[in-house]
Amino acid sequence: MTAVTNIPADAPLPRRRSRVWQRLRGNPSALFGGALVGFFLLIAILAPILPLPGPAATDWNAIRKAPSVAHWLGTDELGRDVLSRMVWGAQASLLAGVVSVAIAMGIGIPLGVMAGYARGWTDAVISRVTEALLAAPFLILAIALAAFLGPSLTNAMIAIGLSAMPIFIRLARGQTLQVMTEDYMESARAVGLGHGVIIWRYIMPNIFPPLLVQATLAIATAIITEASLSFLGLGQQPPAPSWGSMLNTAKGFLEQAPWMALWPGVAIFLVVLGFNLLGDGLRDALDPKGS
Amino acid sequence: MLSFLGRRVLIAIPTVLLISVFVFALQKFLPGDPVLALAGEDRNPEMLAFLREKYRLNDPLYLQYFHWIGNALRGDLGISLRTQQPVLELIGQKLPVTVQLAVMALIFAVVIGIPAGVISAYKKGTWIDWLANIISLSGLSVPNFWLGIMLILLVSVKLGWLPASGYQPLTEDPLQSLRTMLMPAFVLGSGLAATLMRHTRSAMLGVLQSDYVRTARAKGLNERTVVLKHALRNALVPIVTVVTLLFGELLAGAVLTEQIFTIPGFGKLVVDAVFNRDYAVVQGIVLCTAIAFIAMNILADALYRILNPRMRDQ
Repeated sequence: MTAVTNIPADAPLPRRRSRVWQRLRGNPSALFGGALVGFFLLIAILAPILPLPGPAATDWNAIRKAPSVAHWLGTDELGRDVLSRMVWGAQASLLAGVVSVAIAMGIGIPLGVMAGYARGWTDAVISRVTEALLAAPFLILAIALAAFLGPSLTNAMIAIGLSAMPIFIRLARGQTLQVMTEDYMESARAVGLGHGVIIWRYIMPNIFPPLLVQATLAIATAIITEASLSFLGLGQQPPAPSWGSMLNTAKGFLEQAPWMALWPGVAIFLVVLGFNLLGDGLRDALDPKGS
Repeated sequence: MLSFLGRRVLIAIPTVLLISVFVFALQKFLPGDPVLALAGEDRNPEMLAFLREKYRLNDPLYLQYFHWIGNALRGDLGISLRTQQPVLELIGQKLPVTVQLAVMALIFAVVIGIPAGVISAYKKGTWIDWLANIISLSGLSVPNFWLGIMLILLVSVKLGWLPASGYQPLTEDPLQSLRTMLMPAFVLGSGLAATLMRHTRSAMLGVLQSDYVRTARAKGLNERTVVLKHALRNALVPIVTVVTLLFGELLAGAVLTEQIFTIPGFGKLVVDAVFNRDYAVVQGIVLCTAIAFIAMNILADALYRILNPRMRDQ
C-alpha cells in the first residue's frame, strides 16, 4: 500500500476547508487527476444507457475483429464488443476500489481511534495485531484471503478491504494520539463530555483529512489489486466483465488480437493515475507547510 | 549493535506468533471439511476417521494450533496435497528463482530510480523535474502485469529480441538465464524504480538545502563533487533502508510477473497452490513471507544505524 500520510490537524475546520479547496483548484495535476476519476465515474454510471451492445452479447460473425466503425475498440474471442466490456468493466473496477476501501476504513478507523483513545491494553492488543497484519505482504495476503473465501468480485473486495485495513488502523491511531494532546481535548474532558461525544465531535473531524488522502491513494492500490486478482481468476468471474479478467483472456490472443490487451490496461493505468494525482494533490493541499 | 539486534528480534517474536495464529485461523474458519480434500476419491467412513485422528482434527482448536506451531518451529509446515512434497522443501526449491528475479529487478530500479531522483531534485522546478515526476507517477500507476503483456507483444512477438517466457537456471547457462530474466526483471523493477525516484528526490531536496552543502559550495568545490560526494552520500542513508524494505515487497510483487512470464518461482507456487486448494502451501508461503518481511525490517533498522553515526549512540 501507499505510505501513510501524516498531516497535523490545526486551524478551524471551515477556514481550513476553503483554503484546501483553493489550493486544490490551483494544482493542475490534481485537477487533471480529478477529471480522469470523474470521467471514469461518469461512464461507469452511464453504462446502462450508453448506446452499446451488451457486455456479454456475442457475435459469431465478428470474432477478434480489429477496431472499426462498428466496434470502436474491436471485438474479443467470442465476438463481444471490447468498448462495451470496458465501460461495464469500469463499474467493477471502481466499485471494487471504493467498496474495499470503505471496508478497510469502516473497520480500521474505529479500531484505530479506539486504540489511540483508550490506550493501555486496548492499544497494545490492537497495535500488535496491526503490526502482525502489516508484516504480511499486501498482495500475498489479498491472494490468500481471496483464495480462502472463494473466487468472486465480492470476496475479492472483502479480501482487499481486510488487507488494506491495518494501514487505516495505524493512521487513525496515530492521528488520534496527536489530537488527544490538543488543548480543546483537555477542555472537552474537563466539562464532562461523554466518550462518544468527544470521539464524534472532536476527534473524528480532526483526523479525517489525512484519512481522506490515504483513502484516495488506497483506492488506486485497490483498483490495481482487484485487476490483479481478476487477472489471476480470483476476482470477477466470466462472463461478467472486469479489466483484469479481460487482460487474462487477452494474454492468449496477443498475436491475433493485440487490441484485446491494450485497452483494459490503458483504462486501469488512467484511472489509477487519476486517483494517485488526486491523492497527491489533496496531500499537498492539506499540508500546513505547503504554500 | 548486537544488543540492538537482540532487542529487535525479541520484539518481533510476538508479531510472528500472532501471524502464525492468523495463518492457522485462515484454514480453520474455512467452509468445508479438509479431510474430504485429503481423502480424495477414497471417502469411506473408516478412512475419514483415520485421517481425522492422524491429523488431530478431533482435538480442541488450541491443541491443534500448538501441534501445528510446534511442527512449524521444527521446520515442518506440512505436506503439499498436490505434489506430496514437504512445504518447506517446495519453498526452498522455488525461492532461488524468485530471489534471482528480485535481485535483477532491484538492480534495474537502483540504476534508473536513484539517478533520476538526483537529477530531478537538482533541476527542481524545471521541465526535467516535471518530466521525471510524470514518469515516476506513471510507473506507480501502471499495472505491472499489463506492462509485461505489452513488452511481450513488442519485444518478443513483434521484434523477436528476447524470449517471452521460460526459465534457465543461472548455474546451467548464465547468459540464457539473464536473457530470459531481463524483461521480467524490468517489469518488476519499474514500479520500484518509480518509488525509489520519489524517495531519492525527496531526500536530495532536503540535503541540497542543508548548511554543509552551502559550505561546500562556498569553498568553491565544483557542482559535481558537491552533488555526488557531499549531498548524495548523505541522502543515500534513508534510501538504503527504503531499498531493504522494498526488497521484501519485490518477493510479493513477483507473483504476477512470474505468472505472465511463466517463471517457476515462489509467486507461481502461490498461484498454483491457490488454484489446487493446496492450503498447506498457501499457509506456509504467507508465514514465510511475513517472517522474511520482518527480517528485512530488522535489517533496514540495523543498516540505518550503521550508516547514520548519530543513531549508534541512541
